[in-house]
Amino acid sequence: MFPVEHFLYLAALLFSVGLIVVIIKRNMIMVLLGIELMLNASNLNLVAFNQLHTGSNSGHMFALFVIIVAVCEAAVGLAIVIQVYQYYQTSVPDEVSELND
Amino acid sequence: MSIPSFMFYFFEAVAALSAIALIFIRNVFYGALLLIICLLALAGIYVLAFAEFIAVTQILVYAGGILVVIIFGIMLTTKISGKPLVVEHAYVFSGALTGISFFILFIYFLSKESFLVNPSAVVQANFNSINPVGIALMSDFVLPFEVAGVLLLVALVGAAVIASSTKSKKI
Repeated sequence: MFPVEHFLYLAALLFSVGLIVVIIKRNMIMVLLGIELMLNASNLNLVAFNQLHTGSNSGHMFALFVIIVAVCEAAVGLAIVIQVYQYYQTSVPDEVSELND
Repeated sequence: MSIPSFMFYFFEAVAALSAIALIFIRNVFYGALLLIICLLALAGIYVLAFAEFIAVTQILVYAGGILVVIIFGIMLTTKISGKPLVVEHAYVFSGALTGISFFILFIYFLSKESFLVNPSAVVQANFNSINPVGIALMSDFVLPFEVAGVLLLVALVGAAVIASSTKSKKI
């Protein structure tokens, strides 16, 4: 078994990178990629902590349902991205600002 | 260094490097491929963390589902000109500040904690984890399992309805 801290450091790095990607990229699909990265960082934490609780599977179950919800989020998010692109002819989130005007 | 620990740190390095490269890459298609590399390395880490079922699910769902959906999304949101889609960066300073300060906070609080366990007991208890996962899915977690099935169906129908281009009903 590997030290739990090493899982957690990697998860912290993945979460921070996902946050940076969500903030700095000016493309909706890149923003969705960043969200996927953050969800996977949380999954890694769940799997790592499940090792500490011997005889319990709750961490695996949580990780499984997080993966399912991530799939739903990606499918609906990309459908919204495609529809917004067809309406506004742009995939930059800052340019979709009709409510601002 | 034994083979499992070499594989563990190799997968960790691959995941970390491909995630960091995702910040600097400007082509969306290469970004999607880097994300898939990162997620497959995470699947390898899950295998080494005694979560084989999660690893297989990760490979099936991300390499089989999400990658195809994301690449379709990229192809449907680019103007057909042959040029690759280049992403601009904005708010670079505030984004880097937020991410790096989050990372430093995580590292600070993690380094103050210690998770002491008996490794041999963990290896003994987690030796075969697919069988208990299957039993738990069908007994203790059967209600969330069925709700997840309904959620997938609703998301599928919703995505199909949203993405179908009905010109008469503009949003």
